[in-house]
Amino acid sequence: MTGKVNSLSLKKKRISDNILYVLIYLSASLSVLILLGIILYVFYRGAGTVNWEFFTTVKSALQGTNGIAGNILNTLYMVFITLLVSTPIGIGSAIYLNEYAKPGRIVRLIEFTTETLSGIPSIIFGLFGMVFFNTTLHLGYSILAGAFTLSIMVLPLITRNTQEALKAVPENYRMGALGIGATKWYMIRTILLPSAMPGILTGIILSVGRIVGESAALLFTAGSGYLLPKTLMGGLTKIMDSGGTLTVQLYLSMSKAEYDVAFGIAVVLLVIVFIINLLTKLVAGWIDVSKRK
Amino acid sequence: MANKESFSIKQNYKNKTLVEKAAHFIFMVCAFFAVAAVFSITFYMIISGAPALFSVGIKEIIFGTVWKPTAEQPLFGILYVILTSIVGTIMAVLIGVPIGVLTAVFLAEVAPRKIAAIVKPAVELLAGIPSVIYGLLGLLILNPIMYKLELIVFKDSTTHQFTGGANLISAILVLSMMILPTVINISQAAIEAVPKHIKFASLAVGATHIQTIFKVILPAAKSGIATAIVLGVGRAIGEAMAISLVSGSSVNFPLPFNSVRFLTTAIVSEMGYAEGTHRDVLFTIGLILFVFIMAINIILSRILKKGDIEK
Repeated sequence: MTGKVNSLSLKKKRISDNILYVLIYLSASLSVLILLGIILYVFYRGAGTVNWEFFTTVKSALQGTNGIAGNILNTLYMVFITLLVSTPIGIGSAIYLNEYAKPGRIVRLIEFTTETLSGIPSIIFGLFGMVFFNTTLHLGYSILAGAFTLSIMVLPLITRNTQEALKAVPENYRMGALGIGATKWYMIRTILLPSAMPGILTGIILSVGRIVGESAALLFTAGSGYLLPKTLMGGLTKIMDSGGTLTVQLYLSMSKAEYDVAFGIAVVLLVIVFIINLLTKLVAGWIDVSKRK
Repeated sequence: MANKESFSIKQNYKNKTLVEKAAHFIFMVCAFFAVAAVFSITFYMIISGAPALFSVGIKEIIFGTVWKPTAEQPLFGILYVILTSIVGTIMAVLIGVPIGVLTAVFLAEVAPRKIAAIVKPAVELLAGIPSVIYGLLGLLILNPIMYKLELIVFKDSTTHQFTGGANLISAILVLSMMILPTVINISQAAIEAVPKHIKFASLAVGATHIQTIFKVILPAAKSGIATAIVLGVGRAIGEAMAISLVSGSSVNFPLPFNSVRFLTTAIVSEMGYAEGTHRDVLFTIGLILFVFIMAINIILSRILKKGDIEK
């Protein structure tokens, strides 16, 4: 009997347990420390560069300015055009997979390729975009070519989030709508899509994050232009010009050892990442349709 | 509802079925976009990557060890580049996966709720930070440290080429940080999916919490953790911008303090000025990377399928 009591009292004193607890706590604190380190260092080095002039001027040796206004505009164009292309396709694809297709080979093929797309690294998208959009379709180094490349890249994000949201819509919503005589398209348009809106929004917000943070896929497709358009017409034709987003400019500044600009952009990017994270949290709160009031 | 339209039910019906069919068709086209994209990416990677394999020779490219693309007698051997990618990825996974899985254990099993509420958002933010920022910090923080180490380690060496700290170790450290969020999120989901009764049964027969975690919960979550590892491998082997400046700028055998080129960084740093055969070989490197990635994807879908059956 005493032996058993001993082993029970020993249970709390196992050394290997304590070592593993220490390792677990160390690992967990590491992620937090890395994040804190990145944020503190970037703000420490970059905060001094970020001022009004940094946002409103472009790089110019003549005027001695070193701003990123052109890159901000390019980034906005890139986000807008990419979403314009990929959102409808992604949502359509999710609707087909969830509402129309019958399980089988075709669905498996579509789901496998969507998975594959999300696993392909951005540098491969960059090479593909360079050969297909820039050369074969003669778009050259342009914002349009970059945006088309990114549209393929963010497609799985939108498809998957929309699909998740559609799956969360209770089956009796569909039955109810069809039961009172709505056609399928009418049901999708008036019942499913509004109910799935938070999920779709999550996909879009995550895509914005991906587009803003992307560099490898854009370096060889959208190029590195950093000027602002001079006329209104120039604003329209700008999509055919080369244009580097903030992240591409960060990479270029870094490789030219212009660390002030690089850290300034890094501060801006971190703030954007932070906002995007907050937004996804906010939207995630509305996703569960059945609980929404 | 008794208006004029109700008299033309038939006409209305015809219109409606037309709209229905059109909607069905359009959604189907959207869904096939992903299929078309993957096929055209595969097609274009092959037609732009394959020519150099024939003009230079498969053996010369894949088993050649000298990379002198711009010399008068250019040599396009990328064996060291392939090896660097493999060694770098394996090392990054060996460092990143244990830390990631332990963090996942912390979040799912050990952490008090308040602390988990700090760690979890931190991991999510890490996942969102653009890779160039990792590169920027690697270049300005890791590389100087590595340079100091290098000066100490190779103090008396006469053959070592000093790299200024841009070496394989720096790249591996950056990569292992970058795969952390992926590994943590997926392992955490896997651990949380383990049925609670298994855990309670183990605790009830007298195992400690730690024994239960490592002998019962983690083995039960193994297919999820395998998924995390495979995704980590995919992320590490495909990463370009974070390590392109951190890893150095010459092609060498992947030794810790050597300046090295990865498959990805070779493309990023040379595509801008490459011409002719040099450019073709860079596309061949892209094709090799693509083959690696497709293999990883297929392994991944196998694991996922197996996991489904086990359930």
